[in-house]
Amino acid sequence: MEAGALGNPVLRARRSLTDRIGDPLLRGLSGLAAALAVAAMVGIVYEVIQIASPAISAFGIGFVTTNDWNPVTENFGAAPFLYGTAVTSAIALLLAAPLSIAISIYLTELAPARLRRPVATLVDMLAAIPTVILGLWGILVLGPVMHDTIEPALQSAFGFLPIFSGDPSAFGYLTAALILTIMITPIITSVTREVFETVPSDLKEGAYALGATRWEMVREVVLPYSRAGIVGASILGLGRAIGEAIAVAQVIGGATAINVSLFHTGGTMAAQIASQFQGAPGALQKPSLAYLGLILLVFAVVVNVIARLIVQRGKLKDSDTTLTEAEAL
Amino acid sequence: MKAPSGHALLLDRGNLKRRKRVNRVIEVTSTIAALLAVAVLLIVVGSVLLKGLGALSLHFLTTPTGLFGDTSGGISNAIVGSAIMVGLAAVMAIPVGLLVAIYTTEFASPRFGHAVRFVLDILNGVPTIITGIFVFGLMVEGNKQSGFAASVALAIIMLPIVARTAQEVLTLVPANLKEAAHALGIAHWRSTVRITIPTAAGGLLTGALLAVARVAGETAPLILLSSIYGQGVLTEPGEALASIPIFIFQSSESPSPDAHTQAWAAALVLIAFVLVLNVVARAFYARSRKRMGA
Repeated sequence: MEAGALGNPVLRARRSLTDRIGDPLLRGLSGLAAALAVAAMVGIVYEVIQIASPAISAFGIGFVTTNDWNPVTENFGAAPFLYGTAVTSAIALLLAAPLSIAISIYLTELAPARLRRPVATLVDMLAAIPTVILGLWGILVLGPVMHDTIEPALQSAFGFLPIFSGDPSAFGYLTAALILTIMITPIITSVTREVFETVPSDLKEGAYALGATRWEMVREVVLPYSRAGIVGASILGLGRAIGEAIAVAQVIGGATAINVSLFHTGGTMAAQIASQFQGAPGALQKPSLAYLGLILLVFAVVVNVIARLIVQRGKLKDSDTTLTEAEAL
Repeated sequence: MKAPSGHALLLDRGNLKRRKRVNRVIEVTSTIAALLAVAVLLIVVGSVLLKGLGALSLHFLTTPTGLFGDTSGGISNAIVGSAIMVGLAAVMAIPVGLLVAIYTTEFASPRFGHAVRFVLDILNGVPTIITGIFVFGLMVEGNKQSGFAASVALAIIMLPIVARTAQEVLTLVPANLKEAAHALGIAHWRSTVRITIPTAAGGLLTGALLAVARVAGETAPLILLSSIYGQGVLTEPGEALASIPIFIFQSSESPSPDAHTQAWAAALVLIAFVLVLNVVARAFYARSRKRMGA
């Protein structure tokens, strides 16, 4: 469109001075802004590697498997925090994904029409609560409940499992995992709900016409149709869970060793950085924390790329929109 | 169209009573799940209200934080500091984010626009503590903490939110409006500034408000960039500034019940601000979509 207008010499000569300046100016400014966004992403990767480099050269790849975090001997390893991040995020995802699917089923198939929007908005509001407030709530409300009620109950029911052994404690992997569950459930729900809403009603009605119950319709039509969206949303939620620093730092207890019991205090990569980076003593502690940050960043980027690709492929495969239309989404 | 695969006969599955029972169980479970989510929201917000309201007073809002361990003060310095840092971040991120959106929707080739969108999504997925490390290396290392460094980090966190919502809204602007402008010989920049942006204004405002709401509660980067500050109400962005999230974080880590009460009161201020902003933003978005007929 625009190239055509510029290409015509008659039109070009008629254009006023402001237009001749305005077009390239807006194009240039907006292009610069886009370049700035890309530069920020590149800068983040560069700067984190830069700060981590003393630790990278001191510990190499062995950092990942070293089960030690000792500021006195300056021997640092990522294993306790990789473990903590993996355990807390995995539990959060295992709880949040089915919960989100159930909430989305309620919101799209079961709820009375006039309840749908208010309930959906309330669930979205849960995502808006600052994580530092969730952490505060975790310390002062959820923590005591975990210690007095939930963990003893789990222990009496499943105490033979090593993950439920040891003394109940207000702070630890399980408390952190529950806070993360509360954090990511609304995030996953908002995507799955939207995907569920795109399921064509003729498919649903077809299933009902064949005599399917509501659940059979959901299982045979809605879930298969939304599979890519559900997986993508869950992975996005996982990304948020691994990256959360503050709420986890508040409730996980800050231990620097691997513990099998979920009741025990522990640490995650993000939480460890949040609680120790500021004023970290020694020549290697800050670089080691940045090294943790680098591992975390790689995880976050990989998880996000995978999630976007899945969601995008799902869109192309399942929707009736053409390729270019989907490209524009 | 995609047919449900491999289940020839739905009718052929066990007896009806069992199928209905399974259906009932799932329906009840889903309803409970939704109730649970709403209940958790009410419990968290209710806890904040219940425990914060008692400590909330004019004195609390207008007095700066006392020395360490002294809980007779308030959060006026944190309110002012948060306002300055979030305000500076908004001033940086909103125009840049809007420009990025204009670039990808109006100027870039589809392929390149897609690439920029992808980078924005990845940037949005970067843990905020990592953004904190980045700005720490850029501005604080070898220097000192500052409110300005914190606002740069907040701006980086806001940027993808502003840009992505703006993109979505700008693509909703009806093509016939833009084409009419072109047919009248109006320059591209002029039609963008005078037609596309005003049409999308409500939605653009939504993105900006949501981004502000999001970073107002952001804590992780502030710990690295603006957490050791002086006494009293500071307003110089060259110095480290107090903030509500850092106040909540530090008070929550304290063993003193008085500090906890203060944390709840500060949380009440923050949560009220964030939720009100969210409600307003949603209202604008609904109105804007209606106006554009989407």
